[in-house]
Amino acid sequence: MPEKKHIAVIGAGAAGMEAAGQLARSGYLVTLLEKDGQTGGHVKDWYHLFPDRRDSKEVIEYLKKQAGHKNVTLRTGITVQRLEKNNGLFVIKTSGDGEIKSDAIIVATGFDLFRSERKEEYGYGIYDNIITSADLETLFRKNEIRRHNGEIPRKVGFIHCVGSRDEKVGNVYCSKLCCITAVKQAMEVKKHIPDARVFCFYMDMRMGGAMYEELYKESQEKYGINYIRGKLSEVSENIENKLVVKVEDTLAGRPLKMELDMLVLMAGMEMSKSGLDLARSSGLQTGENRFFAPADHHFGSNKSKTDGVFYAGACTAPMNITDTISHARAAAADVIDYFRNQES
Amino acid sequence: MEKFGFSILKARHINYDSNDKSIAEYISEREPSFRICIECGCCTATCTTGNFTRFSLRELQILLKRGENESVREVINKCMLCGKCTLACPRGVNTRNVILLAREAFQKRLKNAV
Amino acid sequence: MQQDGKKRIWSDYQKEIADDHFFYVRSCIRQSFFPGSEQFFLHFMRDILGKDVYENPSHTTCTGIGYHGDVVPLATIMTVVARHFALMKESGYKNIAISCVTSFGIYTEIIETWKHFPEELEKTREYLYKATGREFDVPENMAHTSDIIYKFRNEIAEKAKYKLINKETGEPLNVVEHIGCHYSKMFPKYGVGGAEFPNVLGGMIDSWGGKVIDYPERRHCCGFGFRQYLVQANRGYSLSNTVKKFESMKPFKPDFVLTNCPGCNMFMDKWQYTMKEMEGTVYGENGESIPILTYEELAGLVLGINPWDLGLQFHMVQSEPLLKKIGIEYDPDNKFKTKDGRQMPVPQNLINA
Repeated sequence: MPEKKHIAVIGAGAAGMEAAGQLARSGYLVTLLEKDGQTGGHVKDWYHLFPDRRDSKEVIEYLKKQAGHKNVTLRTGITVQRLEKNNGLFVIKTSGDGEIKSDAIIVATGFDLFRSERKEEYGYGIYDNIITSADLETLFRKNEIRRHNGEIPRKVGFIHCVGSRDEKVGNVYCSKLCCITAVKQAMEVKKHIPDARVFCFYMDMRMGGAMYEELYKESQEKYGINYIRGKLSEVSENIENKLVVKVEDTLAGRPLKMELDMLVLMAGMEMSKSGLDLARSSGLQTGENRFFAPADHHFGSNKSKTDGVFYAGACTAPMNITDTISHARAAAADVIDYFRNQES
Repeated sequence: MEKFGFSILKARHINYDSNDKSIAEYISEREPSFRICIECGCCTATCTTGNFTRFSLRELQILLKRGENESVREVINKCMLCGKCTLACPRGVNTRNVILLAREAFQKRLKNAV
Repeated sequence: MQQDGKKRIWSDYQKEIADDHFFYVRSCIRQSFFPGSEQFFLHFMRDILGKDVYENPSHTTCTGIGYHGDVVPLATIMTVVARHFALMKESGYKNIAISCVTSFGIYTEIIETWKHFPEELEKTREYLYKATGREFDVPENMAHTSDIIYKFRNEIAEKAKYKLINKETGEPLNVVEHIGCHYSKMFPKYGVGGAEFPNVLGGMIDSWGGKVIDYPERRHCCGFGFRQYLVQANRGYSLSNTVKKFESMKPFKPDFVLTNCPGCNMFMDKWQYTMKEMEGTVYGENGESIPILTYEELAGLVLGINPWDLGLQFHMVQSEPLLKKIGIEYDPDNKFKTKDGRQMPVPQNLINA
């Protein structure tokens, strides 16, 4: 009977909350485990979401409704340390010497943002007025974008591919969402500071999602965002405390030097540390990009190599919120299928 | 200078902040589609002039946007106004008008002062 | 600027620097142009700290200039370096103290090559044995002499007679620190503080009371380059790169520049003369040029050693304005006299004199 089956979902971000909700509505019992004090993962820290720039609070509201189903038991402040399998039943060892038993597991440990201090030449944490895309979302929410000395920035630069597509920091993959985030944030900066001049320094413009290319065109047409193709090599501060950037304007074929008031680093996505710890402790396979390796790229992207352990969301690869929610629903479907196969 | 046998070289950076970008602004105000160019090079590929002389509309519009007007002033007159670039552009930039406006701007602003 | 960010990076790039028993290899350029520097280093290590620093009279140039100038092939320079390691082995030393940054770059490059391509190491053993009959071991510890002075900077600060403070204003002196490219740009892990925010010279300046200046072209190469300046007409390239650095640092009003590489020191010193002759430009305040010091010269000044014993008078840009700022006493009459009091010819066209 479906009511007797119990699933543990590890991680209460977008993927975890959606998967928990879907399973609960299908009649299963779910324990949703979250290591932090609140649910919502990274989504709760964003301001407006691409492509239509709706408030992230609306998505959080939806996710909370999903995860708030009566069949879902939410437990926050719990870190999962190890997964064990005994006779087809899973034992989840948690912090505080806890133990939870379940019939299946969905791992939804999500991602960590690349720590931009590691890109030393960009001076994050050293030079004033250098922030990450995540920092900027917080400033949007506060409706206050200011330089370190309180002035309003009039020239803002966005640097794509910080911590992605970069051998030196060990992440050769593309984080997929930073380009569209830069376009969106560039437009939002212009909305907050209409006379600002905004520059995006990119290697490629990866506009691979629904409405992305349209947003890119809108940013150029209506907001006058300038796009310069060239990867930032180094940043420094001049005597007026402005940031001096050195890029090559590759399409003009010459190096370019510019002074900026503020620089936003588009930090990439990495496999979360908690996910990596879990992979090591429980023998879950990760790929070369350190994200969880799916059982099959085409028709098994939610399955791990262990029967009964499934993956949902950005712990498998960088993905946006739309794809994360779809991926979580697919994980729920896989769990239901798993139980059905056990019965037959 | 001769006693040293060498001289000091001039930096070849585009100094964005000190360059005069008024020509690009002139074009942009009158032809908004100038802004949505993504520098794909489709125009240059099909260009009649570019067949046998060094003429890249993609490059010229970037140089204007960066304020490197001197590199564009004479060269832009080589355009034959055939219109193949406008046909080819995937973004819908009215390239022919961009060229006409650029020439107009250069004529009006003889010293490139705003 | 947030210092915490820099401190975090410095703690990521800690380097093992040996404590004692060094095999010292000298620098071709520094011996000729900055004679007091290496002399001070030996005096400081042997007489003041009581360390064992050994010099083998058979050691030669590392041929780095030749290698970078395309005159000496890789196999030759590997064998020359191997010979120095063999001399180390014969005299029982495992720690090498390298005076020149180019040499340092050569040694690290070759040791890394041997790590990744062990067949090259075997070939070099063969070449050296055939050529000289010597055998060698790879040294356990490789330090540049600026690393060693960095390691003992607090000892110097304790014994210091002067601080890097402007006597009149009481403010710390503004110091530009310039690291040779081959110190850490090739292998950041071999440099104290890494490549982006190196700390080997910055640490010395901080301990001795000065203020380190960060300016936009701090990381830029001085333009020395080896291969192009061998041809006279190409020296404009080297000069232009140094000019770029000076123009960038000028608004910050540096009191002096500290370097750890002989080439950088020589160029930044001499090109100021060239710029003054060519275009009349000076980069310091009040029509003065900026003195360029080696770290040994600075350590010597701080410890109260006579500036003329350190060889400051042999620089192109004279250091008297700096000495006055710190309050260091010096005798202008003894400037161009030998140790036993004979008068040497006085150079003309000195800058800041």
